[in-house]
Amino acid sequence: MARDPIGWDGGSNGSIVSVTYLDAIRSAQEKALRDDPRVFIYGQDVGRFGGAFKATKNLAERFPGRVMDSPISEDAMVGMAVGAAMEGMRPIVEMQFADFSTVGLNQMLNHAATTFWRTGKPCPMVLRLPSGGTPGSGPFHSQSMEAIYSHYPGIVVMTPATVEDAYTMLLEAIELPDPVVFCEHKLLYYHLKSEALPESAVPAFRARVVRAGRDITCVTYSAMVHEAVAAAEELAEEGYEVEVVDLRTVKPLDTDTVLASVARTGRLLAVGESWPWGGASAEVVARVASEGFELLDAPPKRLNAKDTPIPYHPNLWAAHRPTAVRIAAGLREVLRY
Amino acid sequence: MAIRVAGALESKPKKGVVDPIESLGRTILRARVLEDKLGNLYRAGRIVGGVYLGKGQEALSGAGGLALRKGDIFAPLIRDMAGRLGFGEPMVDALRAYLGSRLGPMKGRDGNIHRGDLTRGILPMISHLGAMVSTVAGVLVAKRMKGEKGRVGLTCAGDGATSTGSFHEGLNLAAVEKLPLVVVVADNGYAYSTPNERQFACENLLDRAKGYGVEGHGVDGTDPMACWRVLHHAVERAREGAGPQLVVGKLLRLCGHGEHDDGSYVEKKMKSSERGRDCLKVMEEGMKKKGQEKDWQGWREEAQREVEDAVAKVSAEPVPDPFEEDWRATQSAGMVEVMVAS
Repeated sequence: MARDPIGWDGGSNGSIVSVTYLDAIRSAQEKALRDDPRVFIYGQDVGRFGGAFKATKNLAERFPGRVMDSPISEDAMVGMAVGAAMEGMRPIVEMQFADFSTVGLNQMLNHAATTFWRTGKPCPMVLRLPSGGTPGSGPFHSQSMEAIYSHYPGIVVMTPATVEDAYTMLLEAIELPDPVVFCEHKLLYYHLKSEALPESAVPAFRARVVRAGRDITCVTYSAMVHEAVAAAEELAEEGYEVEVVDLRTVKPLDTDTVLASVARTGRLLAVGESWPWGGASAEVVARVASEGFELLDAPPKRLNAKDTPIPYHPNLWAAHRPTAVRIAAGLREVLRY
Repeated sequence: MAIRVAGALESKPKKGVVDPIESLGRTILRARVLEDKLGNLYRAGRIVGGVYLGKGQEALSGAGGLALRKGDIFAPLIRDMAGRLGFGEPMVDALRAYLGSRLGPMKGRDGNIHRGDLTRGILPMISHLGAMVSTVAGVLVAKRMKGEKGRVGLTCAGDGATSTGSFHEGLNLAAVEKLPLVVVVADNGYAYSTPNERQFACENLLDRAKGYGVEGHGVDGTDPMACWRVLHHAVERAREGAGPQLVVGKLLRLCGHGEHDDGSYVEKKMKSSERGRDCLKVMEEGMKKKGQEKDWQGWREEAQREVEDAVAKVSAEPVPDPFEEDWRATQSAGMVEVMVAS
């Protein structure tokens, strides 16, 4: 059990055992609230209750008036943040689940995202989306929304896969002058641990080579990074070296790092937990096919969830989304070409 | 929560600061003369995009804009030329949006009624109705957090906008936060062509104030001085901490939804009723009775000169150039380029 890092003083306390992905998100918000008086948090049950996932635990007590419970009004929550951002604040809106952000889509896509273009004035706000599937969560508590938000101009979309990125990227998101959709994966909340919060960060908007390889590139993001690494380990036993690239931020997309990797390996599998029609994995394949065609030794492939709503029962869910086993099969298919 | 109507109003606007008749009279005349001109420019093919006018709604709108002070927030809707001018939007900025000058605050990236100027506290509306309610609430939350006191936000809606989830969510949120927000609903009987009876089933939209836990004020939107009194009262109530105020003005729009629309669906009976009165005519008659018709005529001529001058000025201004346009929707897009180059 990780110790509550709230009040943690930046590393001098040697008794910290580990920091979870969720702790990192909570700590980043605490740091932002402490360092920047413009920051406030708005969302359902985020106040004294500390949020459905406890991502804001103890923050309301520590920062009175700056961690506010909202009504169940996703449209108005985002609309309120747009107004506050226009007025110079740095609001963080927590959606209880990414899925419910569909109710606030209009304010995010048509208002927050258009403000800089239309007015020349910034609209700096962060929309935190507890995203992705977990066993038993079903169709309305499992969605990955990055494709929809990325499609619209004017929004930065972040999809951190590690404890370190959850912390540093959330701080970046709060500092950026633009609306940021921060897709944090619920499956990583409690299980992903690190020894301490990071003191340095990978440069903003850069993808990261998680595991170097020379035979095939697997480009992915968020929780799928860990499935891809497990698949790479499986293939290593078969003699293949898989290079795993974590996009970290899906919009803007770091095409350079992806192309550089494909230049080394000549093969590509793009993996995403979201649905197969369009999306980040489709964008990766499209860019590599059009900008790096001559680098390829095999047709680039994609692997995504099945094209149905996300199932409730764990047996069905495990077959619905890409897993290490399915990614390994996909990698072998591209390698066999 | 008390629901007040214009006739029951006890408080009158403070005297000695501005003459309400001159202030509102000049404002609604400027709006009408400008909008008549916009209609002509539209028919002459000189307008970029559509033209949506507020004829018949000038008194309610203008009174709202005039009730605000510098430092307040105004989020108009599509029929609020008078409110904009009353709040202080320069007439040239309105024309820049319609004639496509790149010198306007939207630089040709957005136009007509979607214009605004955040540096002046005018929020540019998005087309999705009801959306501005929560956004103005957000500005007011921010001002409260910054310790900025005594500011009011006012936003406008039509009868149709009250049916949106966004309107409901926004007003409910503002009520929960007890924000100094005034929501002015111009109930003109039709949302585009859809009559009230296909829009809502309650007798009067004003009744909803009680449900939201906010103060409500009804007003005859065709009576300029009643609009002045009610809007000033509502804005003062908000300013003194009484929470959100819902103002419902009954009136008729004396034009189509846009200039492409002849509004032929508006019932004749309604047009010839009290509700179909032209607020400018009502004011002009009132001034005639007081022997002030020369003032009225003088203001009209001044407005005409101002409009002609503004049209001439804006017509000579440069249009947007796609080759000079900075095609970036985020500020951080520039940061990526810098980072990759370094």
